[in-house]
Amino acid sequence: MNRYTWRTGTLEGVMIVVALIFMVPVYVLINLSVRRQSDLSSPLAPTAQPTLDNFSNAWAQSGLGQAMANSAIITVVSVGLLVVLGSLSAYGLARATARWSAPAFYLFMIGLLVPFQLGLVPLYRNFAALGLLGTMVPLVIIYVGLRLPFTLFLYTTFLRQIPAEYEEAASLDGAGTFGRFRRVVFPLLRPITGTVIILNGLFVWNDFLTPLLYLSGSPNRTVPIAVYSFVNENTTVWPLVFAALLISVIPVLLAFFVFQKTLIQGFASGIKG
Amino acid sequence: MTSPATAPATDAPRTAAPRADRGSSFRRNAQRTGSRYLWLFILPAAAFYIFVVLIPSFQGVFFSFTNWNGLSADWKFVGLDNFTRLFEDAVSVKAIGNTFLYAILSTVFENVLGLLVALALHSRIKSRNVLRVLFFMPVVLLSVVIAYLWQYLFQVNNGAITQLLHAIGLTDANPNWLGDPNLVVFSISIIVIWQFTGYTMVIYLAGLQGIPPEQLEAAAIDGAGPFTRFWYVVRPLLAPAITVNIMLSLIRGFMIFDQIWVTTGGGPADTSHSLSTLVYRTAFQFGELGRGTAIAVVLALIVGILGFIQYRGLLRGGAR
Repeated sequence: MNRYTWRTGTLEGVMIVVALIFMVPVYVLINLSVRRQSDLSSPLAPTAQPTLDNFSNAWAQSGLGQAMANSAIITVVSVGLLVVLGSLSAYGLARATARWSAPAFYLFMIGLLVPFQLGLVPLYRNFAALGLLGTMVPLVIIYVGLRLPFTLFLYTTFLRQIPAEYEEAASLDGAGTFGRFRRVVFPLLRPITGTVIILNGLFVWNDFLTPLLYLSGSPNRTVPIAVYSFVNENTTVWPLVFAALLISVIPVLLAFFVFQKTLIQGFASGIKG
Repeated sequence: MTSPATAPATDAPRTAAPRADRGSSFRRNAQRTGSRYLWLFILPAAAFYIFVVLIPSFQGVFFSFTNWNGLSADWKFVGLDNFTRLFEDAVSVKAIGNTFLYAILSTVFENVLGLLVALALHSRIKSRNVLRVLFFMPVVLLSVVIAYLWQYLFQVNNGAITQLLHAIGLTDANPNWLGDPNLVVFSISIIVIWQFTGYTMVIYLAGLQGIPPEQLEAAAIDGAGPFTRFWYVVRPLLAPAITVNIMLSLIRGFMIFDQIWVTTGGGPADTSHSLSTLVYRTAFQFGELGRGTAIAVVLALIVGILGFIQYRGLLRGGAR
């Protein structure tokens, strides 16, 4: 079964056809974004006279540049906090022997089962009472709190498989608890930190519901909200809309094609736990 | 694909310290490095978690028994009124049914298609790496973008999907994909399936890579055909990947929001709502916070029960 037989060839042909059909939506997305608005031919037909005008118009009108900066800030701060707080607390939970450590772990894990919608409304009222609506602060706080259980789960399961000998050696050298964590444990966690960054980063960047609630109409809106309002204002001008859609996914697509191997591995391993 | 999550040498030979050997190696590790100040490491994370998840969830359950509109100072307990109304109102009854339909349709198709693609790409074909990237790509795109793209593809008159079906000769009908109350839930499910088949595929591929090829060869030598090999060799070894995939698809399906909100907003005539979109509409657009949170409680119960069943094994392994 290690040879390339005619059956492998048939399979290859079938899969290429399946992939081409699967890619039709992406083809239409690109095809339409370079089309003049006067061109009313079928979305499946290749555009006869392609133009890049839609991109400059969409970029100028949609405010996507600002939105990308906002999304980047929110994503970087949230994911950074998740890495620091997640690894710290995982260390505390995995290495503590006190009576509270197991119940504390389970209390965090309950968060994996509670859908965000349950606390959505009260949380919104709480942030409103604090006068924080329209700012990026609630989003960062929400993403950190919301994604901590999952982050903690990844870190804790990983950490429990690392023998404590490494840390012991460090403590013989006179390192304190935090020193042991910073110089020995955190570097050992690097593979799973990659997974934590990928999964949480993508979640935060792509999230629609939270910013829809907290940042609609605010200058601090993120990419999904900028896309949402831009399309709602230009519903019938599809080429312009499609150019905006394409612009909005370019940063993630670039990252995806550059890091695709790491990214796909991160997905697969993070989920296996 | 070597998994980055597999930790370095779990069972490093331990020559020293044979005493204090009760309990797992985890406990032993813990005792060796134990510090009285470890709770300080957990405090900041706990603060975020309590503020964002625990407190609002309790508040949510509390308000689901009230008639609060979110603004006025006076509200009173209404008992189970919000819940009984939920099961009497045609829109919310439809939304409950839809939520199950979204979850089941997306789970079945994402997993069947994802597994088939994974099996096909776990072979000698030369384009397997390129195809893997292509099938996975929708997973990283913004849901909002995918939803708008498909809204266009699903257009009534000469939309791309309809044209494609006509071209293949599959049908000459002109279905109103997102405007027909009988069709809309299926159409939106197609969007979700397209978006996430690559996700299940990647997990199945990782699972397949863990199967030793010798076992398949041995079965082949014993005269087992491809289907027998799949059923008796691959399927049992793939069980963990299947469990994880089904759980993730189901939870994603039950929580579906973006794809509905962008394409139909719950329409036509409120026939495509899921519980998530209904929470949003009831609480934030109609200002009925009590009712909105009651819907959220029902959703939480469904997902919670389901998650509990699935996570039980996983957590037991993690918490030991």
